[in-house]
Amino acid sequence: MFTVTIDNHTIEVEEGTTILQAARLIGGAVVPPAMCYYSKLKDSGGKCRTCLVKVAQGSAKDPRPMPKLVASCRTPVMDGMVVQNITSPEVIETRKAIVEFLLINHPLDCPVCDQAGECDLQNLSYDNGNEASRFEESKRTFEVIDIGDKIQLHMNRCILCYRCVYTADQLTDKRSHGILYRGDVSEISTYIQTDIENDFSGNIIDVCPVGALTDKTFRFKNRVWFLKPMNASRECTKCSGKVTAWMRGDEIYRVTGRKDQFGELEEFICNECRFEKKEPSDWTIESPRTIKRASVISQNHYERLKNPSVILPLQERMGETTDNDLNINNDK
Amino acid sequence: MSSANQHIVSLTGRSKVASNKKMTFMERIYLPAIMKGFGITFSHLFKKKATIQYPEVTRPIAEIYRGKHVLKRDDEGRERCTACGLCALACPAEAITMIAAERKPDEMHLYREEKYASVYEINMLRCIFCGLCEEACPKEAIFLTNEIVPSDYERSSFIYGKVILVEPIDKRVDISKRQTPAVLNFKKDKNQSHNI
Repeated sequence: MFTVTIDNHTIEVEEGTTILQAARLIGGAVVPPAMCYYSKLKDSGGKCRTCLVKVAQGSAKDPRPMPKLVASCRTPVMDGMVVQNITSPEVIETRKAIVEFLLINHPLDCPVCDQAGECDLQNLSYDNGNEASRFEESKRTFEVIDIGDKIQLHMNRCILCYRCVYTADQLTDKRSHGILYRGDVSEISTYIQTDIENDFSGNIIDVCPVGALTDKTFRFKNRVWFLKPMNASRECTKCSGKVTAWMRGDEIYRVTGRKDQFGELEEFICNECRFEKKEPSDWTIESPRTIKRASVISQNHYERLKNPSVILPLQERMGETTDNDLNINNDK
Repeated sequence: MSSANQHIVSLTGRSKVASNKKMTFMERIYLPAIMKGFGITFSHLFKKKATIQYPEVTRPIAEIYRGKHVLKRDDEGRERCTACGLCALACPAEAITMIAAERKPDEMHLYREEKYASVYEINMLRCIFCGLCEEACPKEAIFLTNEIVPSDYERSSFIYGKVILVEPIDKRVDISKRQTPAVLNFKKDKNQSHNI
């Protein structure tokens, strides 16, 4: 077991754990944002540079700091390592620059984009970015490529995180899409525009941090913040059948996988569940999903109130107020 | 009432202490007071009228008055609205609803963006004319004008669709007075040129 200190939080982790995974074990604001790293996909990470952190002390044996900021998703912890994320002004400043870099070729078409409201890049730039960009040249554009009737590819919006490539590679038996060309002209494509037909290919929509891969069956149907995400399930022979159904009234507008607090899928779901089952009778609707208070999707949805941790011990001492008394709407 | 209470003066000084003073003879016959009241009424005949004969006569309206909405077109006559739903999200009265559609290749001259509102409705009975939709719009598509929403007999006729809201190509609505110096300054920024 290695002891690592991240932003003054000390935690013991297994050998071989990366800094990002250790920070996720601590949780909260300490967790560096990640655009390309996906814990469920092998070899992902190291591309977007948003998770850069400062290593103030390499290890207990060699306490020298690392000369440059390191990508926390790819750097394993050492015993006695001291990491600074939000406590380091250098990291904050660099992250702003990274956001600016990611947005250089990203079109500002959020009003058109179906991902708006649940977009990782949108959240990242709100949380860590500057308001303005200094980039004056014209943005990179691509010809529209039709990659099938279920998935829409907007290459202009792609930030080349490679998550979808790893998904196609690791989840499906016959890989049919990848990256063409190199450097800043590289693009996601299926080879000679072959349809992505594998049963689990729809998951590339969910792993995409931006709106480059979106659901064609949901294209322009509604905005995500007008829909209510519900836990739904069905008997499925191919996958677990546990999904998020995005509903408005009795209508199911789209079906996605269930995402955890870090925006990663809990389980990959099959294309039949995702694209073909849009009737409420197909699903057992279980409960509303918990939405982050900061998310636009939480508009008009009331979540349970949580006491600040500073107040809690006092109330526990008094033993009068239970957690239940403070609920506005106990809908979880 | 105790005597202590009588000395309390209200902080605003506007409250009046009620009294049960016995009325004098002149007050009891009421006629002088009635005549005085008639006099006040009669004198109003010669004063300037407070009302106007609407709709033949209208009052002047400020140019930045928040009245009926308009959906603007851009310089080439294409609709600016891209059905992003932010106006509906901002609307505190939930008066706005819309259905989005994808632009076909032969509709390039009709709509500016890839996506457009095939249905855009504002319920004028719900609308409180707060102007938050205008503030939320990222595409400078919706504006409030100094036109008043006319009255009608049917509830259903207050649901304004695109036929009423979108400005006619040959009869543009001038909204330049509504744009504050801050907005115009913002539009000078080259990075925001996609919005103009």
